[in-house]
Amino acid sequence: MSRSYLRTGAIAAAVLALGATAACSGSSSGGSTGGATTKSAAYNAALDGIVNASDKKGGTLNYVASGDFDSLDPARTYYAYSWNYQRIYQRTLLMFKATPGNDGAQVTGDLAKGLGTFSSDGLTVTYELRDGITFQDGTPITSADIKYALERSFAEDVINGGPGATYLKPVLVGGESYKGPYKDKAGLASIDASDPKKIVFHLSKKFSDFNYLMALPISTPVPQAADQGKNGGANYQFHVVSSGPYKVETYQPGKLLTLVRNTAWKQSSDPNRKALPDKIVLTEGLDPADMDQRMLAGSADLEVEGTGVQPTAVATILRDPSTKKNSDNPSTGFTRYISIQEKVPPLDNVNCRQAVQYAADKVALQGARGGPIAGGDIAGQMLPPTLPAYKKFTQYDSGSDNTGDLQKAKDALKACGKPNGFSTKIATTNKGKGPKVAIALQAALKRVGINAQVVQVDASTYYSGFIGVPSNVHKQGLGLAVAGWGPDFPTEYGFFESIVDGRAIKQAGGNSNYSEFNNPKVNDLIDQALATTDVSKRNDLWGQVDHLVMEGADYLPFVADKALDYRNPRLTNVYISKAFGMYDYVNIGVGS
Amino acid sequence: MGRFIIRRLLGVVVLLFIVSIMTFAVFFMAPKVAHANVARNFCGRVCDDEAVKQVSIKLGLDKPLYEQYGAYLKGIFVGRDYRLGSDVTHCGAPCLGYSFKTDQSVAFLVKDRLPVTASMAIGAAVIWLVSGVSVGIISALKRGSIFDRTAMGVALAGVSLPVYFTALVALSIFSYKLKILVNVHYVGFTDNPLEWAKNLLLPWICLAFLYSATYARLTRANMLETMGEDYIRTARAKGLPEKTVIRKHGFRAALTPIVTIFGLDLGGLLGGAVLTETVFNFRGLGYEAYAAIATQDLPVILGITLFAAFFIIMANLLVDVAYAYVDPRVRYS
Repeated sequence: MSRSYLRTGAIAAAVLALGATAACSGSSSGGSTGGATTKSAAYNAALDGIVNASDKKGGTLNYVASGDFDSLDPARTYYAYSWNYQRIYQRTLLMFKATPGNDGAQVTGDLAKGLGTFSSDGLTVTYELRDGITFQDGTPITSADIKYALERSFAEDVINGGPGATYLKPVLVGGESYKGPYKDKAGLASIDASDPKKIVFHLSKKFSDFNYLMALPISTPVPQAADQGKNGGANYQFHVVSSGPYKVETYQPGKLLTLVRNTAWKQSSDPNRKALPDKIVLTEGLDPADMDQRMLAGSADLEVEGTGVQPTAVATILRDPSTKKNSDNPSTGFTRYISIQEKVPPLDNVNCRQAVQYAADKVALQGARGGPIAGGDIAGQMLPPTLPAYKKFTQYDSGSDNTGDLQKAKDALKACGKPNGFSTKIATTNKGKGPKVAIALQAALKRVGINAQVVQVDASTYYSGFIGVPSNVHKQGLGLAVAGWGPDFPTEYGFFESIVDGRAIKQAGGNSNYSEFNNPKVNDLIDQALATTDVSKRNDLWGQVDHLVMEGADYLPFVADKALDYRNPRLTNVYISKAFGMYDYVNIGVGS
Repeated sequence: MGRFIIRRLLGVVVLLFIVSIMTFAVFFMAPKVAHANVARNFCGRVCDDEAVKQVSIKLGLDKPLYEQYGAYLKGIFVGRDYRLGSDVTHCGAPCLGYSFKTDQSVAFLVKDRLPVTASMAIGAAVIWLVSGVSVGIISALKRGSIFDRTAMGVALAGVSLPVYFTALVALSIFSYKLKILVNVHYVGFTDNPLEWAKNLLLPWICLAFLYSATYARLTRANMLETMGEDYIRTARAKGLPEKTVIRKHGFRAALTPIVTIFGLDLGGLLGGAVLTETVFNFRGLGYEAYAAIATQDLPVILGITLFAAFFIIMANLLVDVAYAYVDPRVRYS
């Protein structure tokens, strides 16, 4: 998941909350702040505690964003901040816990009373719905509304952009051939909503992460009646029906979204949301530097895209203790890496790939991303530190100062049969930090005789049409490519599946496994992990995947992404959601 | 005169038709030639071939180009039907289609963004016309004076400095440092005329600075040329007061080229001041066009281009009509 599905931005699934575990457990039921540490404003205070905890109601929140949501339609949105933002006014079957620390990456019941009950063969999952759940017009929400919503995401000829079909097709019985409710009125039989208070899913294979899928916006209920006529289908995004404590008052795409209280929502039906402010105004389409200025001046409360402030503001904020205490430096859950293509000679030789790994100057690469604060921590492995299976290791030594081990690089080049180096290309987007990263890598590789030419491509087509099409990668000889990856939901499967499962390589395009890494052992481990319910065993399997991926030398991770976020001191209940790697918007209120 | 205008209006239609074909060809054919699939940009992160196919159907990209163009043209004149869900949705004429990215009606988008662009362009035009032409006239009449030299020096800077530079400097000084005009954003004229003008002040000045420089230099050159003409000497010899000579004989003749360039500049700006709108975050037509190009949102690009072309062509027509009043030698028969 990313700021956009083109992965041009830097947000995703989680936050570095080292040491937060102990302080933040115990909020498994009831109010979202139960058990979590409350804190007053301090640098990084929102990483593992709630800043300015309060139950004070009223006031207006003023949020800002540079762009617009990809869509307000819950089945079509794929931006991380959009998923986070919808939690304010929409409810899903399950949701990520509204609590700081590691608990925030766990799922809990939202419309459902609790997590799904798996049958003994793992192929049937049942959820029971809460009492008192309604749409904004007071109509009770039934299991049929959730079934209909999930079915909509299969209609890719109308509801395009979201991840629903991709995830649900291979998991639900009959999913592969189902075309959505607009064409197939009979619906998908493997989603059983015959009991209005119960929804039952019939899976075609074991899928231990199913609960996480039900915490994605795709499970937001949609009343079938509202999805008809000119206000339905592709236009439903302009007429969304709310199920949470707020409803849309005004939506002017790219300019303004205002939310006001949904009077039909009952606090008794929702233990996760406090619903503090009376109104939430989101002004869109602002210049990033201008947004920073507004935040520092106090006229804006938060930048909701979660990508962090601009470099100028980073310096301003950190220099002054009075502003530094209102900022946080969370991990976003993204790993920034160089993809090394094993189908492009001479990188088809593992020794040549290793030479690149050793020669890379990780300090320079980190600098290109913005340094330790705005860029992130130097990484030695693909798995981000935000996921439970993470165990730190560094496969390829970059020397004691992380600027590269040139001797090992030269030895690897000899073993590859290219003692004097070789020529290749580095692909990158033409925007943001990509070109800087490419140039830093180019300079580092030059030291051992590897001459790399930088190829810049427009950001809008870079992933989808350029490095995401294997034949193009081969034809153009793109040995190296600047990339980044974060999980759709904070599990190891959510992170690894698209990028290291060799069976998921898409030759026709839309491929995310740019290096075409395909190790049968890794594929097997992924299957085993998906069928394993024991958490420690599963983490162990994913740990093995992480090691095997690094041994292949196809991936050169250099930074575990971070961002510097700023919060207006007047805000209450501010904390970083580990599921999203940015502030949790569910319970923020306005203080004095 | 009436016949002239009708003839020109017919010409406008033909010209717009040609512009539409060319724009359509450029933006819809280019991806085909490059074997890029535009639908892939709109089907999400991990989309398979089936998804790309379905999205192509939704966007109408599965049909041959001539059919797509035919349907587009039909939409403009009589409207067309879209399937956006379980039912068929009719998009009434003039239908410019729906955005690939947001599914918003392009006609609505243009209507919604036009006031922003128009406010910016017309306000700036008034400033640059008044300031540019007056400075030009004074400079010409006081040729070689300190005023003339200073004004022309400033004008040279105005012509040379790109608007994205002057706009950022202006923002930095007036918005961030002096905090005179903070949080510059567009406010509708009907919502609050005072705020409207206040927020538009910086964009107006920045745009006008660029253009008035050109106008000052052009007016000065024209005035100098005209004032050297024989008929000016004759007018003076007849004993006409100098004011009348300048106003009636000098300025009027020097105005013709100004009218031409003004029509073109204003027409062009009404199609979107891309740089100024982007720097000041005014969501006008230029900003939308820029955003649409970045995401390959073809219907939006096409719609705004057609609209911009319409303004430029209409502005030309108005300039031609205005000639008759400015220059007595021009008559339409």
